[in-house]
Formats: sequence, structure tokens, C-alpha cells
Amino acid sequence: MPVISTIVLAQGPDWIKFDIAAFVSQFWNNTIDGLAYGAIYALVAMGYTMVYGVLQLINFAHSEVFIVGAYAVFFTLAALGFGPSAPGLSLPALVGDLVLAMLVAMLAAGLMAVLLERVAYRPLRRRNAPRLAFLITAIGASFAIQYALFAWRGANPEPAVIMFRPQPVFDIGGVIIDSQQITIFVAAIILMIIVDQFVNRTRLGRGLRAVAQDPDTATLMGVNKERVIVLTFLIGGILAGAAALFYVMKVPAGVQFNGGFILGIKAFAAAVLGGIGNIRGALLGGLLLGVIGNYGATLFGNAQWIDVVAFVVLVAILMVRPTGILGESLGRARV
Amino acid sequence: MARARRIAVIAGAAALAVVLAGCAANTSSSGDSGSGGSATKVDVPEVTNLPVPPNAVKPAGNGQATCAATTTIAFAGALSGANAQLGINILNGAQLAVNQHNAANANCQVQLKKFDTEGDPGKAPGIVTQVVSETDIIGGIGLPFSGESKATGAIFEQAGLVHLTPSATNPTLTQNGWTTFFRALGNDNVQGPAAAKFLTGKLGAKKVCVIQDDSDYGIGLAKTTNDALGAVAADCQDKITTGQKDFSSVVNKVIAAKPDAVFYAGYYAEGAPLDQQLVTKGYQGVFVGPDGVKDDKFIQQAGDASNNAFFTCPCVPGELLPEFADAYKGVSGGQAPGTYSLEGYDSATILLAGIDSGIKDRAALKDFVKNYDKDGFSKHFKWDGTGELAATTVYGYKVQAGKIVYVGTIG
Repeated sequence: MPVISTIVLAQGPDWIKFDIAAFVSQFWNNTIDGLAYGAIYALVAMGYTMVYGVLQLINFAHSEVFIVGAYAVFFTLAALGFGPSAPGLSLPALVGDLVLAMLVAMLAAGLMAVLLERVAYRPLRRRNAPRLAFLITAIGASFAIQYALFAWRGANPEPAVIMFRPQPVFDIGGVIIDSQQITIFVAAIILMIIVDQFVNRTRLGRGLRAVAQDPDTATLMGVNKERVIVLTFLIGGILAGAAALFYVMKVPAGVQFNGGFILGIKAFAAAVLGGIGNIRGALLGGLLLGVIGNYGATLFGNAQWIDVVAFVVLVAILMVRPTGILGESLGRARV
Repeated sequence: MARARRIAVIAGAAALAVVLAGCAANTSSSGDSGSGGSATKVDVPEVTNLPVPPNAVKPAGNGQATCAATTTIAFAGALSGANAQLGINILNGAQLAVNQHNAANANCQVQLKKFDTEGDPGKAPGIVTQVVSETDIIGGIGLPFSGESKATGAIFEQAGLVHLTPSATNPTLTQNGWTTFFRALGNDNVQGPAAAKFLTGKLGAKKVCVIQDDSDYGIGLAKTTNDALGAVAADCQDKITTGQKDFSSVVNKVIAAKPDAVFYAGYYAEGAPLDQQLVTKGYQGVFVGPDGVKDDKFIQQAGDASNNAFFTCPCVPGELLPEFADAYKGVSGGQAPGTYSLEGYDSATILLAGIDSGIKDRAALKDFVKNYDKDGFSKHFKWDGTGELAATTVYGYKVQAGKIVYVGTIG
């Protein structure tokens, strides 16, 4: 059966082949896993996209904001007694602990993001530095935080903190959706809807959009630009903190000094894919990137294809829609 | 600003509460650790004693040796830096051998001189140049790692200084025509077939999934293992990248294939989250990794999922020889023998036996090692023309109650 269904390209090189049978049989499992992981990308992508929307700055240090959140999750859960095996807690106690860990992570990542803005970016803005200076500062800040964490905690990841053993909730024709996937996906979507509503419906959100559209006019109209910028970094940091909880839920030993780096690049790609500066685009881009990688891995037969496929699709989509699928809309009037 | 945070926080809490409440009945039973896996777990019992060849050569010799007071052997390897532990394990083993030798032979006090390479192939050549320039040094222990060994083999060769590596396993090291290089353990090419034999034999696997990383080590090991496994693993292969943490597609493939065992050719940094994600998704079989995975860090990072793990390693469980272990603690400051301690001890013993036989220069000691044919504590030492052992052993380990324990030889 696998021999017949594996189609090898006629006269093609043997390192590339399609396994369509596996692609079909694992389609739904891959989709569900991809959506859960994509939701984490999307939460991190929000930080990139909002900062870009307001400042036209690619905050490369956002991946370190995320990993600071992950360390906060680790230390909180470790202090609460979580360890190598899932604790036998009652549901309310478990939810209480996880919410506490999320709050601490949101606080830590939010503060880190605001601190970053204050220390690294604000002095440059005051001096009207060119955009290139911001970019290299962002990269420098990213490395500085990474290696400060390295000096503090060493090269090895922190020991695993297992939150709960996922239980199957739905079984749809053999495709099992478990409690972990649902928790991550639903919680991430709810968080993103709230941020979307906040930006579109509240007074502060209107200020944020105004600065994104035209900072000078917004200032003339009485919007406090500096406050809006701090707010933007804070929201991005808070979402990165939430993402950190879900990431550690999925990868309990993922807390490592450079553990945010690859995820950050993926999240940035997700933001560009959906349309950088666009909140709904970040969500769409994150989910798409999550599932496409899984599809590619199964279709081409191994997981080393994840990034090849994900980034080829990114390039292909940008060729057709250079501003991303939903366009750069935070700064556009139509929002 | 305050409001933003409050909204986000409340929402997050609400989201978690809602979702987890939806599966309350299920999650409440999540506490029983070890509820999965053990059902189908094969029984490979722990082995707590290690047979020692009755004629194993001891460093003490016959106590009648005489040699010049300047006679020196060198240890070169990582004593600081991220990978220092391995070097320290070897050095302590070698130091113990020298101490025992010197205590028994009043007229032959051999000195052991330490050189720190930090395990860095960039720094090692400078250090080794220094080693070979000291004419009192007639033999060496090291270097522990394959990369630094590759970078320095030619320097030893040029100086004619014999050296035994207690731990470098890259197969290409013996293919350079070096006559001074001797490997005191099996290389990666013997580990693959041994792992295959372990999987289909002791572990009784009818179907195996082989997963490899993108390192030379993982690719080479996966190839030799696959060659030996043949049809057993033909339908289930996957490859991952260094640094990867999300293994959804790999896990889905393995779960769909329902193998009895997964063999992971790579290091623990990726192996641990892979095993953890497999078990979390309901994988019931065993997880087998090579020496790159055999580390306490694997257990720490995989959590209780690591209970399904077995390891293959060319390294001897030296901690199981009570006499050696007790004496070792006297040298190491209380620490039990670690990976490759016994290999370090045996390697030093061979050089000391040469010195005791009256050898005074590098050329004669090289010939002595080349023609050596005796038992050591860890194995029988006899080399072929390239510096590989004529016969090698691979040892099996498993995780039991959060610790790595020995389960016997596997090939």
C-alpha cells in the first residue's frame, strides 16, 4: 500500500517525493495541530504587527520579550509545585494556577516590552534617528537579552513543567481533538478578538489608529503619541506573555535562552503573510503558517520540509499580494 | 493602558476557565502519572553487576617497576566550558589509575599532566602542540571529542606521540592514516547495528520508526541503524532539524504507523521534547536513543514521558564496579564515576603497563600499544591496524524511576 501510493517524480531526484496517501490520511490531525501551534504564532505575531503599524519598526527583540514571558511561566509553575509529571490537581485549582502563571508572564513580558521601548527605542526617536538605526538596535537588543539570559541560566533548557495530560474531548471519525489543543486555540482567539475590539472600539484604540495613520496630525488633535507607543508595546508584550504560557503547555522543556528565536522569525513571517500592521492578518497568517508547515512535512515525507514549504508559500503569496493577504490596514482609514 | 491590561487578563482567565471546564470530567484523572505506556512496556530488567574479566590488567602492576622520575603521561581534553563534565570524568579515571600505580610502585612515580582544550577544535591544536613539545611526555589520554580529535590527530602523528581516546566515536578518525591514534571504545558504526539488534531482539519490536536529526552524528547513526533494521523500519522514517521544538507532523506520522519502538538518532535537546510530545499524544511504545540522548538532561526535559526510554551507548557503566566506584570517589571528591570514567582508567592503565615494562620513549610506547592484547576492566583491548578495537561492545540502558540504569550488553 505505501509503495503504490508513494508517487516518486519520474526521473526526479530521490530526495524529493510526494506521499499523498499520508497527506490525506493525516490531513485533519495535521490541521488541528497546526491550528493550535499557529495560534501561538499569531499571538506573538500581534506584537510585531502592532509595533510596525504604529512605528513602522520591526521589533526584532520581540522574540526575547516572548522568552522572558516563558521564563516567568517556568518560575511561577515551578514555584507552584509543577514538575516532570502532571500534578493531580482539581480543575479549579489547575485553572487557578495556570491563570496565575499567565498573569505573571503577561506582566513580565509586558514590562520587558515597555522597558525595551524606553531603553532602546525612545532615545533614538528623540534624536530622530534614521530607520536603519532602529533596525540594528532591535537586532542588538535581541542578542543582548538572549545572552544575558544565557549568562544567567546557561545553555540548557529549564526542566520540563507539565501542566496537564491532554485528554481527548472530541473524536470525529478517528480524528481526536484534545483538551490542550482546544485550550490553546480558543484562548488565543478570544485574546485576539479582545485586542481587535479594543483597537477598533475604545477611545485608546482610536488614538492608536490615529497615530498609526498620521502621527503628526494625531498629535495636533490631542493624542498623546508617547502614551500610545507605550500602550502598543505593552499590548504586544501581554500577548507574548499569554503565548508563552501556551508554548510551555505544548513544549514543557522549551524555556531556553534562545528558545524564542525561531518562533519569533516564524511569528514575524506570519505577520507579513497576513499583512503587517494588520491585527486580523496576524491571526490569519499565524494559523496559515502553522498548518502549511505540517502539510508540507507530511506531503514531502519528513519534518525538515516544514520551513521550506512554509517560506516558499510565504514568498508565493507575497508575489501575488505584496502587502500580505489582508493588506497593511492598521494605518488605513478603512479599519 | 490599565484598562487594556485588565481586559486582556480577564479575557485570558475566562478563556482558560471556559475551555478547561468543557473537559472537566477528563482532566481530573490527569494526575495519575504513568497511566500510559507501562501497559505495553517490554520487560528488560535492570542489571546491577558488571562482569570483570578475571585477568583484567590493574594499574598497580607487580609493584617492582622502576622508571625515571620525570616520566610523564598527559591528559588533554575539556576541563572547563559547557562540555567539561565528560573531560573531568575521564581525567579522574586516569588520575585514579596513576595514583594506584604510584602507590604500588615506589621506584616508578609517573606524573599525569593536565591540559585543558575546552573541547574546542579551534583551541585544541595550540594545546596539543604544547603537549607534544614537552619531551618528558611519552603517552597521552585524549582527546575526548571527535571534532578536536580530528583537528589534532596530525600533530600527534608528526610528533610520534601515542594517544588513546576514551570517548571520541566518529568513524572517520581512524581513516586518516594516523599511527598514533587509538580508540578505546566502539565507534558510531558499531552502535547502529547494535541498536538494531537491541530493538528487534531484547525489545521485541516488529515495527520501528527511525527519526534522525540533521547532524553528521544523527545522519550516520540513522543510516547504519536502518541498514541493519531493513524492512522493520522501511515504512516509517522522519527527519527533523536541530532546534526544532514542535514535532506535530512527526508525532502524527508515528501514531498513525503504530510502531513498537521509535529510534531517535540525534541529541537529547530535540529527543526529549520529541519523546514528551509522542507520549502526550498517546504513543504507547518504547523510545530508544543513542549515547547523544543518554543524559540526565533527557529525563529532566521529557518529564515522566521519559519512562519509556532506552539508550544504547558504547560506554561502560563503570559505576557498577564497587571497588572502582569507591576508589574513584576518593579522586573525584565524592562524585560517582560518570560516562567514560572507566574508559579513562583503562586507557591510563595501558600506558602505565608500557612504562612498567621498561619503556622510556615515545616510539617504544607506541609499539607497545599497537601490539597490546589484554583484558581491561571495561573490555578486551586489541587494536587493528587503523587504531580501532578488534572487538567492541555496546551497552544498553533504560530510564527507571527517573534515573538511567544499566540493562546489560546489547552487541
